Amino acid sequence: MSVMPYTAELHSHETYLNRSYTLRSWLLTKDHKRIAILYMGSITLFFVLGGFAALLMRINLLVPAGFMAPDLYNKLFTMHGVIMVFFFLVPSVPVTAGNFVIPLMIGARDLAFPRLNLASWYIFVAGFLVTACALVAGGVDTGWTFYAPFSTGYSNTFVFLTVLGIFISGFSSILTGLNFIVTVHTMRAPGLTWFRLPLFIWSLYATSIILVLATPVLAITLVMVAFERVTGVGIFNPALGGDPVLFQHLFWFYSHPAVYIMILPGMGVVSEIVACFSRHCVFGYKFVAFASLAIALLGFLVWGHHMFVAGESIYAALVFSFLSYLVAIPSAIKVFNWTATLYQGSIRLDTPMLYALGFIGLFTMGGVTGLFVAALGVDVHVHDTYFIVAHFHYIMVGSMVMGYLGAIHYWWPKMTGKMYPEWWGRFSAFTIFMGFHLTFFPQFVLGYLGMPRRYATYDPQFQILNVLSTAGASILGVGYVLPLCYLLWSFKYGSDAGPNPWGATGLEWQTPSPPPTHNFERTPVVTQGAYAYHEMEPAGA
Amino acid sequence: MIAEFRLFPESASSISSQVDHLFFYLVAVTGFFVLLIFVLILYFAIRYRRTRAGTCPPVASSNRLELTWTVIPLMLALTMFFWGARLYVRMFDPPADAMDVYVIGRQWMWKIQHPEGRREINELHVPLGRPVKLIMSSQDVIHSFYVPAFRIKHDVIPGRYSVLWFEATKLGTFDLFCAEYCGTNHSRMTGKVVVMPPADYEAWLAGTVPDESPARAGAELFRSLGCATCHGQQAPTLAGLYNRQVQLADGSTVLADTNYLRESIMDSTAKIVAGFAPVMPSYRGQLSEEQLIQLIEYIKSLQDAEQAPVHRPAIQTEPRPSRRLP
Amino acid sequence: MPDEDTILTREGILAEQFDDLAQQTEAGTLGMWIFLATELLLFGGLFTGYISYRLAYFQGFHEASGHLYFTLGSINTAVLLTSSYFVALAVHAARQGRSRAVSGWLLGAAGLGAVFLAIKATEYYLEYREHLVPWMDFQFEGAYPAHAQLFFIFYFLMTGLHAVHMLVGMALLLIMALLARLGRFSAEYHNPVELTGLYWHFVDIVWVFLYPAFYLLNPHS
Repeated sequence: MSVMPYTAELHSHETYLNRSYTLRSWLLTKDHKRIAILYMGSITLFFVLGGFAALLMRINLLVPAGFMAPDLYNKLFTMHGVIMVFFFLVPSVPVTAGNFVIPLMIGARDLAFPRLNLASWYIFVAGFLVTACALVAGGVDTGWTFYAPFSTGYSNTFVFLTVLGIFISGFSSILTGLNFIVTVHTMRAPGLTWFRLPLFIWSLYATSIILVLATPVLAITLVMVAFERVTGVGIFNPALGGDPVLFQHLFWFYSHPAVYIMILPGMGVVSEIVACFSRHCVFGYKFVAFASLAIALLGFLVWGHHMFVAGESIYAALVFSFLSYLVAIPSAIKVFNWTATLYQGSIRLDTPMLYALGFIGLFTMGGVTGLFVAALGVDVHVHDTYFIVAHFHYIMVGSMVMGYLGAIHYWWPKMTGKMYPEWWGRFSAFTIFMGFHLTFFPQFVLGYLGMPRRYATYDPQFQILNVLSTAGASILGVGYVLPLCYLLWSFKYGSDAGPNPWGATGLEWQTPSPPPTHNFERTPVVTQGAYAYHEMEPAGA
Repeated sequence: MIAEFRLFPESASSISSQVDHLFFYLVAVTGFFVLLIFVLILYFAIRYRRTRAGTCPPVASSNRLELTWTVIPLMLALTMFFWGARLYVRMFDPPADAMDVYVIGRQWMWKIQHPEGRREINELHVPLGRPVKLIMSSQDVIHSFYVPAFRIKHDVIPGRYSVLWFEATKLGTFDLFCAEYCGTNHSRMTGKVVVMPPADYEAWLAGTVPDESPARAGAELFRSLGCATCHGQQAPTLAGLYNRQVQLADGSTVLADTNYLRESIMDSTAKIVAGFAPVMPSYRGQLSEEQLIQLIEYIKSLQDAEQAPVHRPAIQTEPRPSRRLP
Repeated sequence: MPDEDTILTREGILAEQFDDLAQQTEAGTLGMWIFLATELLLFGGLFTGYISYRLAYFQGFHEASGHLYFTLGSINTAVLLTSSYFVALAVHAARQGRSRAVSGWLLGAAGLGAVFLAIKATEYYLEYREHLVPWMDFQFEGAYPAHAQLFFIFYFLMTGLHAVHMLVGMALLLIMALLARLGRFSAEYHNPVELTGLYWHFVDIVWVFLYPAFYLLNPHS
């Protein structure tokens, strides 16, 4: 057993939170836990902004002719996409729960590169500030996908500023991914072999591989767009013999793996929660672990499924469709394994568990609609319609945001030492689940009917379904506001949580809540697998 | 609003019901699994809820179970792939006797050019029961030509031609939408496809004021741009070229389709015909989309008859000095 | 061993999140390799674009390549390869604890880097004078001006990106040379020098691909 060179003398109440209250101690911290909190505050703010844009969009869509000028609507959906994808979903679980929990879960004092971690937060905020400048200056109207030649030569909005902001924030992603990979490889506690790692770590490891390999391609693609905006000449310009479809290949080479960046961490969270609240090791542990890696690998091979009608050859389309079906299989394996984990378990439907089960249900629905769009003959009809919008929102919002909220609720006692009011938690989870369905299920119907996406105005035949969707969105909005309120409330008024309120396995629950700055008094030694619930003291009902 | 409300789109082309059949298959299979998972989760959550303190048996893993729920979804996924792939290939393989119609997309309208001469804006008249092949390009940004009732769609791209075909099976008027975001009035770049009985269509085509056919305009361009100076002598003859196989200088063969004709005019050195020198100047930047269509229609109209003999690579006995035309 | 580790921590060599120097070294090395993988993909995007256009417009790219300064580019290749050799010698010296030699070789490599950049700047200036910069009054007397413009866009973007990486690399070399001079490294602890060497070699390898892609397409003075 190795001994830490730095032995922390623990005061009975010293935690990473009360160690120092100065602003400087927060802004210059190297503590992964404080950095996680900094990130959490930032992305919550960004989520509210992106959500506000969505609210305005859905209000506009109440009537076919719309309430606002099309230019404004176009800017709103662009900013909604840019903020939600790059400034909320991609960071979400990795930078909050990942940063906070990974060192704790593997028995380390911090991540491998704490200063890089802090730099990563500053870069992230800087990227957002640059994008926010574009917003304030008048917005951008290209869609978050920046297709050339519209974005490079025709849009009259602040494209350069926006892509610059996203470019900057991309380095934050890369550094976080790099940090996680090195940490998991080199800083596991003695006895913590790869197959004793919690599945949350496997998921984040797979996510980090995608982060480091895919993000640079986006970075250079955005550089090419920015270059053409500034100089007026570029490689996507048909007048020079340039190929606008090349942009799409380069863009989707990142942006498809990006969706796996967005969902894999949520899957990791679900594994933890389902295991804990059924008091069962996750069924098929190794299969779930390898499924994460398979998703990461296969996810790099399917980008062309965004381009079935964009001008790629039939042969390319066939290959990408086939591979897209393959990538669905590891996700299916996970869903079956999570369901099997419940079998003969001892289940409690606490708030985190409700979020996790909601994730599984909504991910199953969103995932199977992926099978629809992977089918070449059907995608021709539904591509660029609300069917696609519904498909990805079922996964991004239905699953991933629920996964994020599940993570926050599950680890909230560890992060803050407080419990939130349970019934408000369950009520919010339920509200979100129902509001979500009402918002997005009608959009499947709208899409197959033929309503294209990114439409500021639409044909009257689509109105009823749009009204239903907006009604759902208002309920969803309420569901999101509630946790914001009661979680903040619990900071001050919540009951004390103790080190392990859920009776969960995992090293993070072996330290006090909140943990001391250096996490562990003594580096733990691991002697068993991740979810040894059957060897634990039975938990109370 | 109420009167127009529907939950499922009309089916008005030869392919649309085939798409719907695949769609229903997907709904059935995926619906089954979604229901299965939902029911199982609900059942387990209730059946195994925590009633009293007690340990659970350690989980038994089962490779057989894993294999089962890997292989069965994989098999089902492959059926979906094959069905979708077959349909897609059919959707993008126009029949040989399809009638051509040219489409130019631009911010924010659709310009249609029938080869016989009629032009339309935001409307496409077609006859019932005849395959129609749309040859489309964009004047500015990427658009997408989408007719939900026909279940067809393809992006319309600047700098190249995309091809889409359909055969209307129902009379009536159907929505046409632009389905690739293209700027301010993307959502207003809509139109109508009007399907008429064949006789009515012929009458409509003749119309009140016959516009000049694009092929006639193309013949004039062919002369004024100096194409006639070389083609037919030291440049490959164009008679009967369209849809023939062409042998290239690097040994490969290529089909002389509309994209080939377009590329040869815009980037003539991309594919050099065997036995010829790469001396044709590029006309990039000198021709509008309409003029390109006119030239191509003219070239397509050149038959063997009283024109030059059947196209074959000319055999040059001595190298020609390279020459640039004004 | 606790005492040695405590000494190292106090000297600022062993960071407090690591248990021992071996762990820190392993982490640093893995981190640098991952970073280089990201750089590979960064340049990879540009190479992908370059390759697809070269395949489509070979004639035009061939013609444009003839307007590059083949001799200067070749000299630059020799300069950069030599600088990598110097860096390899520096790492070798570091492993033997010979700090003066480390410093010397690193300074030499940085110096050659400066020579490289000076030659590159000269090329850029000459190309500017010949109106070969695509966004500055581009004029091209050839059969394929549009494709030449594409060629030069890639040329300036890719060699420019490479030059930026060289500047960063040179800064690292100078910093490491200074630290070596100040006696911060030893045979036991010199990982930063190794990692800097890795980075510099990578930048060199990128050039080894840029050179044939652009200059060797149509090499003539």
